[in-house]
Amino acid sequence: MVARVQVPQQVKRGELIEVRIAIQHVMETGFRYDDRGRAIPKNVINTLVARYNDTEIFRAELGSGIAANPFLQFYTVAEASGEIEFSWVDDAGEKGTEHAAISVVG
Amino acid sequence: MRGEGLTADSSYVRSLGLFIGVHRRLSAVSFLLLLMFAGGPAPAAEPQRPQPLKSGGEFSSSELRALQADDFGNPGMLWVVRGEKLWGEAAGRNGKSCAACHGDARQSMKGVATHYPKVDPGAARLVNLEGRVNLCRERHQGAEPLQYESEELLGLTAYVAHQSRGMPVNVTIDLQNRKSYERGRDFYYARRGQMNLSCSHCHDRNWGGRLLGETISQGHGNAYPIYRLEWQTAGSLHRRFRSCLFGVRAELLPGGSQELLDLEFYLAWRAGGLPVETPGVRR
Amino acid sequence: MRISFISAQRERRRGFLARLAALWVVPFFGARGAGAQETIEAIVPSVKDITRGAPLRPGKVQLEMPLLADNGHVVPLKVTVQSAMTAADHVRGITILSERNPRPVIARFQLGPRAGRAEILTRVRLAGSQRVVAVAAMSDGAFWYATAEVTVTESACLDQS
Repeated sequence: MVARVQVPQQVKRGELIEVRIAIQHVMETGFRYDDRGRAIPKNVINTLVARYNDTEIFRAELGSGIAANPFLQFYTVAEASGEIEFSWVDDAGEKGTEHAAISVVG
Repeated sequence: MRGEGLTADSSYVRSLGLFIGVHRRLSAVSFLLLLMFAGGPAPAAEPQRPQPLKSGGEFSSSELRALQADDFGNPGMLWVVRGEKLWGEAAGRNGKSCAACHGDARQSMKGVATHYPKVDPGAARLVNLEGRVNLCRERHQGAEPLQYESEELLGLTAYVAHQSRGMPVNVTIDLQNRKSYERGRDFYYARRGQMNLSCSHCHDRNWGGRLLGETISQGHGNAYPIYRLEWQTAGSLHRRFRSCLFGVRAELLPGGSQELLDLEFYLAWRAGGLPVETPGVRR
Repeated sequence: MRISFISAQRERRRGFLARLAALWVVPFFGARGAGAQETIEAIVPSVKDITRGAPLRPGKVQLEMPLLADNGHVVPLKVTVQSAMTAADHVRGITILSERNPRPVIARFQLGPRAGRAEILTRVRLAGSQRVVAVAAMSDGAFWYATAEVTVTESACLDQS
């Protein structure tokens, strides 16, 4: 799956960072039917975790009420330079990861 | 009354007036019947473009416009990124990537989408971006053609068209593609479907008007492939044609069919001057 | 004379009864929102699993959604909670609930002092016009909420493309 992460490239220590992630995922609700009338099984990204230099800073439990191709934006405080890493899993067990480097000055 | 011209002879004038009056009434009735049952109004000698020309975004809500303008938040960008990845990947028997011939798309593809659909000299027929990608795959990569609405074809066409973002649509009609233009124009003005409507009824005569809660656009293709909220995914212009065909309860023509290709060409002529917006975001 | 007097009385009684009936009818068509008639637990019963009996009050939470959604499949949502976001006083989590969706819990988010700002943006699916509720769980055990009402209309044309 295609995933994109956006963080500012360089920030000052203690500054608020806006973190954004967009993942291509159908977020199948389980309420749709295919053209043969068979129910399409539910398959949504159910858990998404963000880690900043290996410390968890954000966790989301998502349901079918989140729109397809999920988009999330949240905040964290700049500490040390390093990496913000995302990992997620969907109902079918498929995992995904994406990361972005962050450079902190001061 | 030769040599004399018409005189104000009262009985003559009265009978002439009666004739004209009856004829006018008959004309009105026959015109109504013509509208109802015949092929609809014939296009003018040169079909009219809407004035002023407005992209679909101008009929969208402010939230949708903001979503499209946000290069990260725009869901269509997920396909542009997919296309960027595919651009550099080897494909087919020859193991070549698009980049092997075309290098960096940001340079080589700049402005390309503005001239499509166009006639491919080798194939001697009109092709759109999807057709061009598949011709390249067949000829140079030895790869299978990609299906309409496949992730790969949407990705590649979104990526290529995106390189022309902001540049005006500019197709030329010449001897080679004139027939396509005319077929596309005739398709655009022909009534079809259970609802017996032509594209022109909504997109020429009623753009800016309302259909339930929605505002009707002018029906241009300058933002395609788009992310359509209703589809919950990206889709091609041909898919949008199929949506409209379904809307008027007409037969759905397949993506890539000659009729839809001709229509796409007519629309490209009609949108001349509008900037490419790929990837657009629409309801 | 007697007959007309009795008729007049009947008329006045009918008029009085009609006005009395109107008093009963009007409140049911009054404004929506968690007013005196409707508690938040009535709008989104699942909220009880979150608060587990702890008091749930309106305030501190801002839920921004469009009044009219372009399409029920993709509706932008922004939830902000007023909080210093310190170790001593922060938002532990935010839950988004739907009044009418087949699954009432849309999403649960876990924050903490490292968040810096308790604000999340996302895009949700709404199965028709309804209220959406955002509940914030604070570090001191308190729960705060806000609601947003969104109108979702049907597409003008069906699409089976």
